[in-house]
Amino acid sequence: MQPYATWKYVLLIIVMVLGGLYAAPNLYGEDPAVQIATQSGDALANDFGDVVGKTITEAGVKAKLSVLKNQQWLVSFEDEGAQRLAADALKRAMGNDYVVALTTASKTPEWLRAIGAKPMTLGLDLRGGVHFLLEVDIDDVRKKAVERYLTELPAFLRKNDIRYTGRHQSADAVLLDFADADKLSAARSALAKEYSELMLTVLPNAPLTLEVKMSVTEAKRIVDFAVKQNLTTLRNRVNQLGVAEPLVQRQGQNRIVVELPGVTDATQVESLLGATATLEYRAVDESDANLAASSGLVPADSELFYTRAGHRPVLLKRDIIAAGSQLVDAASTVDENGSPAVSVTLDGSGAKKMFEFTEKNVGKPMAVLFKEREVVTNYNAKGEPMREHRDVQEIISIATIRGVFGKRFQTTGLESKEAHDLAILLRAGALAAPVDIVEVRTVGPSLGADNIRRGFQAAVLGLVMVMLFMVFYYRVFGAFAIAALVLNIVLIIAGMSIMSATLTMPGIAAMVLTMGIAVDANVLIYERIREELRDGQTPHASIEAGYDRAFLTIADANVTVLIGTLVLFAMGAGPIKGFAITLALGILTSQFTSIVGSRSLAYLVFAKRKLKDLPIW
Amino acid sequence: MRIFAKVPNINFMAQRKAGLWVSSLLSIGVILMMVLGALHLGRNLNFGIDFTGGVLVEVVYPQSVELDSVRNDLKAGGYHNPIVQYFGGTQEVLIRLAPEEKENSSAISASVLQALGAEQKGVQLRRIEFVGPQVGDELTVNGSLAMVFAFIGIALYIMFRFEWKFAVGAIAALIHDALMVVGFLWIFQVEFDLTTLAAILALIGYSNNETIVIFDRVRENLINQRKGTIYDIVNLSVNQTLLRSIITHVTTLLVCTALFLLGGPSVHSFSISMIVGVIVATYSSIYVSTGLAVALGVSREDLLPPETKEIDETP
Repeated sequence: MQPYATWKYVLLIIVMVLGGLYAAPNLYGEDPAVQIATQSGDALANDFGDVVGKTITEAGVKAKLSVLKNQQWLVSFEDEGAQRLAADALKRAMGNDYVVALTTASKTPEWLRAIGAKPMTLGLDLRGGVHFLLEVDIDDVRKKAVERYLTELPAFLRKNDIRYTGRHQSADAVLLDFADADKLSAARSALAKEYSELMLTVLPNAPLTLEVKMSVTEAKRIVDFAVKQNLTTLRNRVNQLGVAEPLVQRQGQNRIVVELPGVTDATQVESLLGATATLEYRAVDESDANLAASSGLVPADSELFYTRAGHRPVLLKRDIIAAGSQLVDAASTVDENGSPAVSVTLDGSGAKKMFEFTEKNVGKPMAVLFKEREVVTNYNAKGEPMREHRDVQEIISIATIRGVFGKRFQTTGLESKEAHDLAILLRAGALAAPVDIVEVRTVGPSLGADNIRRGFQAAVLGLVMVMLFMVFYYRVFGAFAIAALVLNIVLIIAGMSIMSATLTMPGIAAMVLTMGIAVDANVLIYERIREELRDGQTPHASIEAGYDRAFLTIADANVTVLIGTLVLFAMGAGPIKGFAITLALGILTSQFTSIVGSRSLAYLVFAKRKLKDLPIW
Repeated sequence: MRIFAKVPNINFMAQRKAGLWVSSLLSIGVILMMVLGALHLGRNLNFGIDFTGGVLVEVVYPQSVELDSVRNDLKAGGYHNPIVQYFGGTQEVLIRLAPEEKENSSAISASVLQALGAEQKGVQLRRIEFVGPQVGDELTVNGSLAMVFAFIGIALYIMFRFEWKFAVGAIAALIHDALMVVGFLWIFQVEFDLTTLAAILALIGYSNNETIVIFDRVRENLINQRKGTIYDIVNLSVNQTLLRSIITHVTTLLVCTALFLLGGPSVHSFSISMIVGVIVATYSSIYVSTGLAVALGVSREDLLPPETKEIDETP
């Protein structure tokens, strides 16, 4: 028998060493840690580490390790007590501009981290946390776009001296009426030139009406833009929550996944994710609001609102002095009386307008209007979702203007938690379109730990049973197969760690399943070797024939399993993707370990011996 | 260890027609059973909330609890048709609420816990999942599409590597296996969730293993043995690969049993589906895929390299 090529042994050894190295971080476990990042996501200052170090030392805690990782400062500690003390100290010292979150840091030693080795990411089902699936309301996006065109197009026509006699809005189109066909065609050509993204049609049953619709690509672009903006806003909001390693990701055309490891109270987060709260500062119309409320007659330049406390009617001027969009910063704080407040900083134009207004109106009242749009999903008799928007518009405070101010001021009239949430919402920006929460999965930490323990036990039991069976049935060759199997598991773990793939409970199931499938390759080879022996071939020739002939068969069989996993990967989300990745990886590595791995061992042991029979029976 | 001293010589193909009949009748029977069951008994597959939408709550009681008392607590709390079952032991309880009973997606966790009297009784929330019906509907569509794509992909691959008659046989076997597993899940009302779907898709790939091993051997024997009818060669091939099939299934069954015993309730339906599927696949690889390919008239010419090459090789 030809000895197995040296380069194959070398390759095998390299793979074993690399596999071992990159799988190793998973053995080290984790330390409690604190993670600090800027609120805005900006880079940390150069001397930031010193500041952190000093704060922690002053708190009387000893840090184990303090490093910069992905724009975040990560400090690990010996125990959770130290972690909590340090986190409290850091929160106090850093203030509102930084996010301080509790997390864990891998105990992977420096030399392993230097080569890029890191542990696998655990899915939410293994470490606990909340998973949200949000759906962006596309209809609302389209409707808003149509509304925008409804004001923009007539303005454009007026500018070009083209008279129209009427304008209205249908579900997804703007309709413009004209007095005669000439005007219509003039408008049509002018609009076509300026707005290439619009489709202009004259309806057959109304020859003097021009129907203006967005082209399919434009409608798609608008939705895409809104989803991307929402993604940014949600990311900002999530960053403010102070959760370690959050995930905000687009899924499909109009869905967004938010995963928050370690969070177990979904309620608290949910209101913050979907909310579209903002503030408006308006002048108070001092005419009789009670009369307006009872008669329904509201002055033309005013609107009627109610106060949150006491539900009292108040008339506010339509003109907005400053709105949430002009806000550059907001922080929750307490006012001089100790009641909760939001401290607000306006941008240049907002500050200027506020300054001008307050200058002229000292002694007069100004109101803060709180606007929130909630999406409520109800289900009809057929179980179909019916989405309803509920607009909340309340006056949260009316204060007399005591002096001139511009850029910075405080808003009161909120409860403590509200002030906190509102500050976050104002800071993170408004959502471009309302979102609806279509899926929430919360996994408690104890369940996650249980899943890991169970998965591990099942894997060990599976391995031991397969091991016993293979050694009992195939003797020495069974041991080769087991060695290959163990290497295969190490390679799966290494591969997942390198790819930063997420390990989920179905992923563990896939790993266990892979053991069964990987061993299959060896069974195929060994049965073949036995067959050759029965046919009277020499032991050496049998080994060679067994491995050579089985190779393609194994590859063929593996490809069909891969097709199944590929489909799963394409359609699946979350845990199922984890299953598909793990299974696919396991099958690919098994093609190497079961064949090259076990063959190397067989050749190493038997190639140079004189044999009458093989210890395969 | 030797089970057979030499390659067994069982005339599998003698029963191929009977085998095909049995499989066809079984498949049709399963479909009829499920359709009629759904129409007349209102018994559907036990779809999990991944597919139906709704709310699922898993809680742990500090000591064993009667399901009826949990049900009563929930009814008193305003949940009219809760599905309550043990999940693992008699302390772990799984509660499923239909989608229309949903209030605010997350406020429900608080109100369910309140209904259960969680604070007084020390009930601990382990997980709560809310799935909107639109997501479930989508998954049903995507899941069915995934199966179809898997079938098409595998069929194309087998056509490319072997021959269309084999591809037809293989796909028939896959559909047969999937039907048997789904039928089993239906009879025993095992929960059909996303992981179960994953198991079935993995199984579709895996059960095909046997088929391919047999096909591969048929091709090899056709090339090596000039004598013998296609019938003899298929029989020989099935016999030659029989042991390997059995052994492989033993190892796969071992790991799936380990998962079933120790993997906890979240992989229960996964491991059950795999176990049933693997057992069914042994039979279907012989009688459905190979049997059908023979019935379709697979011939020597179908699998041999082109004629011209053979002439070149003959001196």
